[in-house]
Amino acid sequence: MTGRTAALRESPAQDAVRRALAGNRMQLGQIWFQALLMAALLVALGVLVSLLIDVFERGGQMLAQRGVDFLTASTSSNPTIAGVGQGIFGSLLIVLFVLLFAFPVGIGAAIYIEEYARDTILTRVLNTAVRNLAGVPAIVYGLLGLAVFVIIAASFTGGRSVIAGGLTMAALVMPIVVITTAESLRAVPRSIREAGFGVGATKWQVIRHHVLPYAAPGIFTGSILTISRAFGETAPLVLAGGVLGGFATRPGLGVVETLQGPYTALPLIVFNWARQPSEEFRQLSAAAIIVLLAIILLLNGAAILLRNRFEKRW
Amino acid sequence: MTGAQLAPRLSLTDLRGSPGRRRRETLIRSLFLAAAAVSLLISALIVLTLVGRALDFVSRVDLADLLSVGWLPRRGYFDIATIVAGTLVITAIGMVIATPLGLGAAIYLSEYASPRRRRALKPIIELLAGIPSVVLGFYAIAVLAPAIVQPLCGSNSIFSMGAAGIGVGILITPLIASVAEDAMHAVPMSLREASYGLGARKRSTSLRVVLPAAVSGVVAALILGVSRGIGETMVVSIAAGAVGGSVFTVNPCLPGQTMTAAMTALATGSDQAQIGAELAVPSLFFVGLLLFLMTLALNLVSERFVRRVRRGY
Amino acid sequence: MTIQAPEIAPSDARPGPDVQREVRIDIRPMMQTKPDVQPTHAAEPAEVVFKLTYFSAWYGTFRAVKEISLDIGARRITSIIGPSGTGKSTLLRAFNRMNDLIEGARVSGTVTYHGVDLYAPEVDPVEVRRRIGMVFQKPNPFPKTIYENVAFGPRVAGVRGKKNLDEIVESSLRRAAIWDEVKDKLDGLGTALSGGQQQRLCIARAIAVSPDVILMDEPCSALDPIATLRIEELMWELKQNYTIIIVTHNMQQAARASDETVFLTMGDDRAGYLVEQGPTAQVFTNPQNRLTEDYVSGRFG
Repeated sequence: MTGRTAALRESPAQDAVRRALAGNRMQLGQIWFQALLMAALLVALGVLVSLLIDVFERGGQMLAQRGVDFLTASTSSNPTIAGVGQGIFGSLLIVLFVLLFAFPVGIGAAIYIEEYARDTILTRVLNTAVRNLAGVPAIVYGLLGLAVFVIIAASFTGGRSVIAGGLTMAALVMPIVVITTAESLRAVPRSIREAGFGVGATKWQVIRHHVLPYAAPGIFTGSILTISRAFGETAPLVLAGGVLGGFATRPGLGVVETLQGPYTALPLIVFNWARQPSEEFRQLSAAAIIVLLAIILLLNGAAILLRNRFEKRW
Repeated sequence: MTGAQLAPRLSLTDLRGSPGRRRRETLIRSLFLAAAAVSLLISALIVLTLVGRALDFVSRVDLADLLSVGWLPRRGYFDIATIVAGTLVITAIGMVIATPLGLGAAIYLSEYASPRRRRALKPIIELLAGIPSVVLGFYAIAVLAPAIVQPLCGSNSIFSMGAAGIGVGILITPLIASVAEDAMHAVPMSLREASYGLGARKRSTSLRVVLPAAVSGVVAALILGVSRGIGETMVVSIAAGAVGGSVFTVNPCLPGQTMTAAMTALATGSDQAQIGAELAVPSLFFVGLLLFLMTLALNLVSERFVRRVRRGY
Repeated sequence: MTIQAPEIAPSDARPGPDVQREVRIDIRPMMQTKPDVQPTHAAEPAEVVFKLTYFSAWYGTFRAVKEISLDIGARRITSIIGPSGTGKSTLLRAFNRMNDLIEGARVSGTVTYHGVDLYAPEVDPVEVRRRIGMVFQKPNPFPKTIYENVAFGPRVAGVRGKKNLDEIVESSLRRAAIWDEVKDKLDGLGTALSGGQQQRLCIARAIAVSPDVILMDEPCSALDPIATLRIEELMWELKQNYTIIIVTHNMQQAARASDETVFLTMGDDRAGYLVEQGPTAQVFTNPQNRLTEDYVSGRFG
């Protein structure tokens, strides 16, 4: 109120001060700088868009024409009948191994590190091991798989087999599971643990009834992202037994034969077709990429939605 | 019902707790410890496998073949310099692309974007991070090579270290962006306020106050980027060409061989049974050990920088 | 406190001879003033629940409290007061071994609970905490239903059967004076209650395992004055059946709501030590030590 009346009777001095304070906010350099920063994000967006446009241009029509047939057909050297059925099946089997091995072991390890471990040398070695494992290039896990699961344990795994590939992938994602789980556990307020101990609960009771339920959304979100990673990871499978050409994960085989048999995976098929010189195979590769990206974006989208939903809850 | 009744007379045995319960707690604890020990086991297996088989290779190979005209394993030439040079060229191109993109995105998201815009734009980076590298390899030969590299180099082949390098750059951009953004986010608001208090503008505040304060984290992000670039496999295997091997070259317009692509090439070669003969598979482990040591060293250095950030504030 | 008066309390109809009837020596080394005019508890002698002798607690190499010796009587409210950082919470957490949960925490000296050494190697802290409950500074209900908040303690203590649990939940909520407010929404989230209600829910949760002692760590510091008053009234009712030890920053609260007051302050080595212990009225109106006098009159702290 008083401000308005003052403004009416503005002296020249006040006017000068006001103009000085207004400054040259629209300075050119400032705008350029911000535009440059924005450009970085725009390039990233441009990559995503041009990638999608390219794969749909190349593979969209073929995918639409063949539809389910492409999703179920086997790989073949004849591009008109080749499909990704075996790849989807193989990828699902690999994810199954991740679910059965990497998740229980990784979550258990994270619980030990966050809830049980005291600050000892063993704990420090453990932490260092996990952090460094997460930084080991994927292809090195492939070498591990090749040496240990394909060659040394051949009598159990069947050599270049689903078991070898699955265990390799499980070893690869386990440190990621440990790190994301440990992060979720760390986000559980100490007061909740104290409340549990305060009424005479044991450590395991506190973990089971309070810490894990509280951390569950975070662990779950991390798990979905991990599965998505396992779907897309290719390099270790190239070394640890994934087969690139035609082969057999035929339905109708017994469980043991299937698991000990050769396999392929969706990203391996993409890799193999992308390297072929002919344009037909490049189109097939684009179509396979559409399928792969659909699975991965679905999983990642679900994870982001879950995260946003649970963020609000507490 | 009330505690008053148990108050008088208490002995040590009352506070001992049930032995069954304690046994169960110990058992559960041991199970979790065993799970944690698996990561130690995996670490040990990786080191033992790589070292053991790499030594096996070194003991069998003619050492002169480790320094020769090129990496041509099928002919028995294992020139390490060729694949290390290829790796470095591609990683360098990747960093040239990823450093401005990643840091630009990080500064924008951390310093300029309103919370709402940040929520809208961050998924771009997250989506890019979710794209499998095999898909980016396809992108490199299908889009990057014809649109950028071939016109610049005037070459006919879609395979080149240049296209692979740009692909690797796109791949590590989200990594650099997210690690650097975390570091800048950790810079206390009070530091920015002090800068604004002195009349600084946003650009000077971002570049002269926030970035230097977050420098450890930014350096860590860049080192991680290099490490990731060196270890990246699929983009290079698809886009760099030179599947059968390569002579020494650092020309980004030409196909080249990296350590990682050399490994996939050996593993996928249909004739691997008779290659350079039985030395091919052991050479995988030798290259693998080299790669492992390089990335491990980089990761350890970057971790040291990250820890410095944490100690700072 | 030097010499315990013989048991004459007719209100305490406890059977058997009192094991705690013994001569105790004052070992408060920091007490300089009037060491011989110690408050005796002749007016209302109580059974000793806790007895600390030269108790010290460390976090790593830092000693948080130093050589504290004191007794805590049964079925009364003892408040622990003192400036910030004098180890009041550390001392409180020593009574139910909550400090065990903190990395690098250790103790020396002895703490006995009804004559049993609480820190004896055979003692299971879980068992201790079932007898010695705790209410925390910030209300910390589990992010679960009101019913589950109260039922969790009895359940892990082995109480089975919906009927039994229902009974315990209701009686605990009644004793914590919150039953009428929540009886229609037992399935609602405990975290949805108001701050004062949450804290009474936490008291109900502590009562539900039938403890003998309730430790309260600044239970009202996050509450408004009206909620604070309700908690204080509740404490007066609870002391009929429970021994209550409360850490408080608020001197008025200690003066209003406790029978006995323990005053800690910080030494030059930053470790908290005991300056004075006595009946609340005496500590506040006729303190025996200059430091206490300065503190309760607001001259420092």
